[in-house]
Amino acid sequence: MTDIMDKLQLYFSYPFVRYAFIVGLLIALCSSLLGVTLVLKRFSFIGDGLSHVAFGAMAVAAVTGLTNKMYLIIPVTVISAILLLRTGQNTKIKGDAAVAMISVGALAIGYMLMNLFPSSSNISADVCSTLFGSTSILTLKKADVWLCTIMAAIVIAVFIIFYNKIFAVTFDENFSKATGIKSDAYNLLIAVITALIIVLAMNLVGSLLISALIIFPALSAMRLFKSFRGVIICSAVISVICAAVGILLSILFSTPVGSTIVTADIVVFLIFWITSAFTGRAKA
Amino acid sequence: MAKQIICENAALGYEDGIVTEGLNFTVSSGDYLCILGENGSGKSTLIKALLGLKPQVSGKIEWCEGFKATEIGYLPQQTPVQRDFPASVREIVQSGCLSKTGFRPFYNKEEKKLAESTMKQLGITELAGRCYRDLSGGQQQRVLLARALCATRKMLLLDEPVTGLDPRAQTDLYDLIASLNKEGITIIMVSHDLAAALKYASHILHIGKKQLFFGTKEEYMNSKTGRSFIDAEVKDND
Repeated sequence: MTDIMDKLQLYFSYPFVRYAFIVGLLIALCSSLLGVTLVLKRFSFIGDGLSHVAFGAMAVAAVTGLTNKMYLIIPVTVISAILLLRTGQNTKIKGDAAVAMISVGALAIGYMLMNLFPSSSNISADVCSTLFGSTSILTLKKADVWLCTIMAAIVIAVFIIFYNKIFAVTFDENFSKATGIKSDAYNLLIAVITALIIVLAMNLVGSLLISALIIFPALSAMRLFKSFRGVIICSAVISVICAAVGILLSILFSTPVGSTIVTADIVVFLIFWITSAFTGRAKA
Repeated sequence: MAKQIICENAALGYEDGIVTEGLNFTVSSGDYLCILGENGSGKSTLIKALLGLKPQVSGKIEWCEGFKATEIGYLPQQTPVQRDFPASVREIVQSGCLSKTGFRPFYNKEEKKLAESTMKQLGITELAGRCYRDLSGGQQQRVLLARALCATRKMLLLDEPVTGLDPRAQTDLYDLIASLNKEGITIIMVSHDLAAALKYASHILHIGKKQLFFGTKEEYMNSKTGRSFIDAEVKDND
């Protein structure tokens, strides 16, 4: 036990580990907040699609040698989110097909660019870390931490301010529209925040695993809780705890950060699922 | 009685085609209007038009002085998303007050009180803490009705409200709607259910590709359209 404490103490004496920990928890909190809405609105796939777009944008940013890749990734992902939401309402290309198209396209082009214009000698390691976030969390600079903190604060503030409206639009868009609430504007808001969260979370778990961070805490909480507020709070708590446990375990056992956090989320989901089955609240 | 909605020679539809046309009717305060029609006769398009969500292609739909389209309490058909939605009854009923909050992010005391008193009125107070997805179909409709009443006390627009309910729950819901109508709330109900329309409604609007009939229930029962429709319905049930 003292071994473990010593090891953790040693690690936490490095500022970059502390940064990673703080950013990790913030990202986990943000992603879980929106997760409930996305799952309930059947928008989970948009999160997945956007994460691939973010990967493509990151590849382009790496090739063009931008000093701060965020300046390119954020706008591209936000614009894609808006486009995806639009096509979801358009009848010509159905929502899921559009998402599949954009996300696979971005993935392919991103990978090709990284191969054509390698920014370092070890391409496969680069690609791997962008997809699975294996090391990037530990290479955060102070500026990145600030950016993450500010974005997280914005996401949380927006979520709290618009909490009731987000609830209404999630539960019943038709009713909301009929009583004069601008559902389309709130859908847009949800899409933009989702895009921001995905860009943030890419640092932590990599672009392939982001969906897990968004949907698992929400699905776990929905097993047990009966009110929207309960579900939101529970999923936030699950997400933060899983992120903390995941980061600590990954330090102790030298496992990849992203997949350790996601594994923790999966374990919690299984526990909640079994509990709900036993308490008779199991629902598909 | 004060007129609330006037529809003059309106045609409804999309860019690529008219769904229904020649609509001429008025809704006055305290009416119980039942809109009948086959599937695809433009009932849902008419609902959108009445709610002010979809402008008419031609003609005129007017919400009369002091009455706005957003003051219609709408009871939509349930979506699959809702049937499995983790929200408490209280949260859903309160969300009916949302149009009153404007830019204020949270509900104030009056709005919370309104939600409580509406739940009491509809007899769902003891369900307040329950989860929406665990309720029976009839209870769910009462919750949505309470939400609509939080939004407005002037007019309710009900879209096939008894679909999927067992006969007992259907009667309960119809009686509840009738009692709300007696309190002075205008009711517009879109329905397949001819028997209920003839029992409860004061006015009937029957639409197909164009307007087939508008008038009081008694006029409808004596009209050609009404009689042939009623006969066909009776034959179906035999």
